[in-house]
Amino acid sequence: MSATTEAPDTTAAAKPKLKTSAMIASFADPGQKTASAPFGHALVKAAQENDRIVGLTADLGKYTDMHIFAQAFPERFFQMGMAEQLLFGAAAGLAETGLVPFASTYSVFAARRAYDFLCLDAAEPNLNVNIVGGLPGLTTGYGPSHQATEDMAIFRGMPNLTIVDPCDSIDIEQAVPQLAASEGPTYLRLLRGNVPTVLDEYDYTFELGKAKVLRGGNDVVFVSSGLMTMRALQAAKALGEHNVDVAVVHTPTIKPFDAETVLAEINTDRLAVTLENHSVVGGLFETVASAVVSAGLGKRVVPVALPDEFLDAGALPTLHERYGLTVQRIVAKVLAELG
Amino acid sequence: MTTINEANPQELHTTTLPTATTLSKKERMTQETAAERLERVSAAAYRIRHHALNMGEVQGQGYVGQALGAADMLAVVYADQLRFRAEDPHWEQRDRFLLSTGHYAIGHYAALAEAGIVPVEELETYGSDDSRLPMSGMSTYTPGMEISGGSLGHGLTIAVGMALGLRYQGSDARIYNFLSDGELDEGSTWEAAMGAHHHQLGNLTAMVDINALQADGKTDTVLRTEPITEKWEAAGWYTQRVDGNDVAALLTAFDNAAEQSATSGRPSVILCDTKVGRGVTLLEEREKAHFMRIEEHEWQLCREQLTAGYEGKASA
Repeated sequence: MSATTEAPDTTAAAKPKLKTSAMIASFADPGQKTASAPFGHALVKAAQENDRIVGLTADLGKYTDMHIFAQAFPERFFQMGMAEQLLFGAAAGLAETGLVPFASTYSVFAARRAYDFLCLDAAEPNLNVNIVGGLPGLTTGYGPSHQATEDMAIFRGMPNLTIVDPCDSIDIEQAVPQLAASEGPTYLRLLRGNVPTVLDEYDYTFELGKAKVLRGGNDVVFVSSGLMTMRALQAAKALGEHNVDVAVVHTPTIKPFDAETVLAEINTDRLAVTLENHSVVGGLFETVASAVVSAGLGKRVVPVALPDEFLDAGALPTLHERYGLTVQRIVAKVLAELG
Repeated sequence: MTTINEANPQELHTTTLPTATTLSKKERMTQETAAERLERVSAAAYRIRHHALNMGEVQGQGYVGQALGAADMLAVVYADQLRFRAEDPHWEQRDRFLLSTGHYAIGHYAALAEAGIVPVEELETYGSDDSRLPMSGMSTYTPGMEISGGSLGHGLTIAVGMALGLRYQGSDARIYNFLSDGELDEGSTWEAAMGAHHHQLGNLTAMVDINALQADGKTDTVLRTEPITEKWEAAGWYTQRVDGNDVAALLTAFDNAAEQSATSGRPSVILCDTKVGRGVTLLEEREKAHFMRIEEHEWQLCREQLTAGYEGKASA
C-alpha cells in the first residue's frame, strides 16, 4: 500500500450541491405572493365573532398554525399532547357541550391513526368537530410516515364528513368561518406557513360545497382541487402559448361534491383532466369518475395525480417533478393527450 | 331542581318490584340515614338486575352476566350520585354518564328505566328491529345515552373533552365514565388518563368494572392489566379500589371522590372488583363467559334466585 495515496477532496466546492428534504418545504414559487399562517389568523378572526370556537392540537400547534390561535385565546386552547385518539375524542366531547372545536394534527395521523375516534365520536352523532390536517398529499419530503397521499381516500367513506381541499390563502381564510358555521364534522387539508395567494386574481369566493369555474377555455377542461388548482391555472397559461385553450374548474369541497357544476363542464368535447395532490386512488379523480359514470356520460377523464405507491423522500420540487405535479409535467401530459 | 324520578311499580313476571323514592339529592343528604340510603340504593340495584334478566329473556341471550355484575355500580350512579331530569335528558346542567362499554347497554337501559328516563315497558324491545334500545349502546338511539360506546377506549377520551368544555363554560356538572378492565388494554384509555391529570379535571370520575373477564377469556390470560391500582395512581388520579358489589363501599368511595375532587382538582377513579352474574347463584357458579348462554327454562329460576337473595339480605 502506498503511503502517498492522495486524500479525497472533501471540500464543499468539490461536491455537487445537494437538494434537501426540509420538513415543511414551501410549494410557493420564488417571488410568489403569499400570506403567513392564513389558517391561524382566520381562526382567530372567526373566534372573535363566535365565542363557542375552541382550538386543540396534538403537540403540533406550531406546525399547523394553531399557535396563532393559542396565543390569541390561551383560555380557549387545549393542548392534548402527542395523543391523536384523545385529540379527536376530546374534540367530540367539547362539541357535545356546545362548543365548536378545531383540532389540528398532521393528515397522516388524522386519517390513519385516529380514524375510529373521528368516525364514531364525531361523525356518527354528526357533531360540529373540525379537523385540520397538515401536510396533505405530497407537501413534505419526509416520506410515507408524513405524506398523507391517501387521506381523502380514507375519509371519503366516512358518512357525514365534509372534506375541503383548499387552493390557497384566500380559500383557507374564507373556508374557516364556513366550516365553523356548518353542521357536522369537517376535514380541512391544511396549507400552512407562507401560503400562496392565487385566487384573488379571479372573480372567486369560496362557498362550501360549490365548485367554481375560474376561467373558460375551448380545448381542455381542468377539474382541480387543493394546491393543484394553482398549478392548473399556471399550466393553463403555459398551454396558451401552445395555442391550447384551457378552462379551469376549482372544486375545493371534495365531499359533498358539486357534481352538477363539474359535470356541466365535463360533458363537452373538450379533453377532461383532473388534477389533485393525492393518490390516483380514491380522491378527486375517482370522485369525478363516479359522477361521470352515474350520470351515464361516456366520457374519458385523464388523471393528474400521485401514483398508487409509497412515495420517495427528498426535496419537494424534485418529488413534484418526479410524480408529475409540476406545471411542466402537466403541460407535457396535456400536449401528449392532444397528440 | 334535581330529582330521582319515581319509577312506576311494575308487575313483571311473578315479582312486584319495590318502588323508587322521589327525593332530591339535597333532601336525601339531610333527611336520610345511612341505613336508609343503603337500602334505597340496594333496592335500585335489585330492580336493575331484574330488568336485565327480563331483557335477556326476550333476546334469549345477551350480556346479562355483565349487567348483573355492574348493577350495584349503576345503581349508585343513577339512584344516588347523578344529577339529572328524567323528563329532560338533555338538560344543560345535568351530570353526564358515559358508557364506554357499549355491550353493557342492557344494564344501562335497566338503570335508565330505574331513573325514569326510559319507560320500563320499553325494555322488552331490547335488541329488536327498530328499537331505541340496540344491543350496543348508541347516543343517537336512546334518551339518556350520552355517547356511542362499543368501540372500546373511546369513552374516557370523550369524557376529557366534556370535562374541559363544561369547566370552561363555568358548569359545575360532573362527568362519570364507566369502563371495564378489558378496556384498559386500549392505549387511548391511557392517553385520556394522562390528559385528565394534565388538565386537572376534578370534575371527572372514572369507574372501572373489574370482572377479570374479556372476550377471549380471563383478563390475566388475554392481556395482563394488573397492577391496575398502581397504574392509575401513577397516572396521577385519586384512586380507590373497592368491592364493586358492596353498595355501602361504593357509596363511601363515591362520597370520597366527590369530596377530594372539590379540594384537589384531581380526576378520580373508582376501581370496582365485581362478579359476573352477581345476585343469581346459578349464574355466579356457571363458568364465566363474555356472552353468557342461559336456557329458556332457566330465566324464571334466575329471577327467583335474585329475589330470594335480595329479600334474604334485606331481612337479614
